[in-house]
Amino acid sequence: MIVYVLRRLGATFIVMAVVALFVFSLLFLAPGDPAAIIAGDIATDDDIRRIRAKLGLDEPFFVQFGGWVWRLLHGDLGTSIFTNLPVTTLIGQRVQPTVSLTLCTLFFAVLVAVPLGVVAAARAGSWLDRLVIGFSVLGFSIPVFVLAYMLVLLFSVQLEWLPVQGYRPFADGLWPWLSHLILPSVALGTVYMALIARITRAAMLDVLSQDYVRTANAKGVPPSAVLTRHALKNAAVPIVTVIGIGIALLISGAIVTETVFAIPGIGRLTVDAILRRDYPIIQGVILLFSFIYVLINLLVDLSYTLFDPRIRY
Amino acid sequence: MTAAAVLSAPASTSPTWRRFREAFRRHPTAIVGGVVLTAMVFIAVFAPWLGTVDPQALSPIQRLRQPSSEHWFGTDMLGRDVYSRVIYGARISLTVGIAVALLSIAIGLAIGMVTGFIRWVDAVMMRVMDGLMSIPSVLLAIALMALTKASVGNVIVAITLAEVPRVVRLVRGLVLSLREQPYVEAAIAAGTNLPLILLRHILPNTVAPLLVQGTYIFASAMIVEAILSFIGAGTPPNIPSWGNIMAEARSMFQIATYLIVFPGVFLSLTVLAVNLLGDGMRDALDPRLARRM
Repeated sequence: MIVYVLRRLGATFIVMAVVALFVFSLLFLAPGDPAAIIAGDIATDDDIRRIRAKLGLDEPFFVQFGGWVWRLLHGDLGTSIFTNLPVTTLIGQRVQPTVSLTLCTLFFAVLVAVPLGVVAAARAGSWLDRLVIGFSVLGFSIPVFVLAYMLVLLFSVQLEWLPVQGYRPFADGLWPWLSHLILPSVALGTVYMALIARITRAAMLDVLSQDYVRTANAKGVPPSAVLTRHALKNAAVPIVTVIGIGIALLISGAIVTETVFAIPGIGRLTVDAILRRDYPIIQGVILLFSFIYVLINLLVDLSYTLFDPRIRY
Repeated sequence: MTAAAVLSAPASTSPTWRRFREAFRRHPTAIVGGVVLTAMVFIAVFAPWLGTVDPQALSPIQRLRQPSSEHWFGTDMLGRDVYSRVIYGARISLTVGIAVALLSIAIGLAIGMVTGFIRWVDAVMMRVMDGLMSIPSVLLAIALMALTKASVGNVIVAITLAEVPRVVRLVRGLVLSLREQPYVEAAIAAGTNLPLILLRHILPNTVAPLLVQGTYIFASAMIVEAILSFIGAGTPPNIPSWGNIMAEARSMFQIATYLIVFPGVFLSLTVLAVNLLGDGMRDALDPRLARRM
């Protein structure tokens, strides 16, 4: 087990190194002079030179990369071109809304999608099953921001049940905080739910055709116990895997959702950085999100032993 | 034999063809998807002849008009005709979708076939692909777009780069299982050279799964293009794309909801059509998988 964990950590480290190298190399792989592109159309030669110096583009590649990794290992993601503040500070200011949004979405999506998938599999072929399949195809097809606007129009503008936009910190109280997160979470979570429900259904259908499920049914175990204790537990590995992989959808979607709902999170920071061509911020956010994504999937891998004792490392 | 019987006799009885017909009969939604997609392609190709005006023509006097008989989808904050912009927008979405699907399949196929056969390339390549895949694709595309000039071509390249690793994984998986097949072993034993094996024995067997994967890439590329345009990192603002129209309407969606609704519905419908078509094809080409999904 320990050997496996160490090996897995090693592999994770390699993946992270590739990510870092790639994100860094983008500056050089992009056609044209990145300093000129970042500076924009109305920049003077002086501006371009200043940006080139700031990004360290006037030094050899490996010197730059070495210095960049060294600073990265010390928790330094560079300095924003526009505000001149450290990227880590800027991200730090925006963490709470983004973490609130993604965690809210994660909980709500998993809580709804897994039971939906289980019920659909238990009643395979019924109208309920068709409804779940239809929902999942629709969920894959409606872009996050289109759905977000439709929800706002219906629940905020027409019915006036929930606030249109904005974010309240948790310190302002539970309801103000939550009420500002409900619509964003539903919008962001729908495609994630579609994915989880689909895989849950498929995994459950697989398990439900196994002999031990028939045995459990035959010996009179209540159907709900068969579904949860016997079937769901054995279908857990693919479900947990897809919950981990789907985090990528949450991360990408959060950027768009925060834009629609004017939530001052890391996504909003990224979009503002795009408009100002503030590349160090974009670079920092990509690295941070990718590392989080890799680490979550490492935890998912390690959690397999919890669900399936046959998996031993 | 009556004339009717002759007419209803299948044009081809190849198993693939039969499976297609069978699958489409079981999934009437796939036919609906095909019809909607065809309609969208028609709209994109014949945009200038569908009662549209110049999608860029400004008319400051007619700003923010609600939909009417004169302006079917209303006008935007610069007085441009939204109907024309949405119709022309179909060109961008479909071009990006098709181009990304074709490019990423072609590149992924080339890399995947080689990595599946040559061990040391495999070891290096898969680490690189693992790294690329752990960057969420929208973020990767954002990074690329932030470093290049906004253009449709760059959007296609950026989204393709994010999709390639997934195709490589799929092709590599297929190649690894195909090369254990007796007929491939026989070809190797007979001294067939590697390029010929790849071309004659491996390639034909990857067509079916790649066709299905291609439709899903098509659908997701259209969504990513819209997301990029919506957050200002995609198609340049002077080209009407569905994402752009919605991006420009961001600040005024409460007073001009139609600016969001029309492009949003067109985009969702097109993506839905492609997804339905993909599900039908997957069912046709892999009946075993289809029953489970």
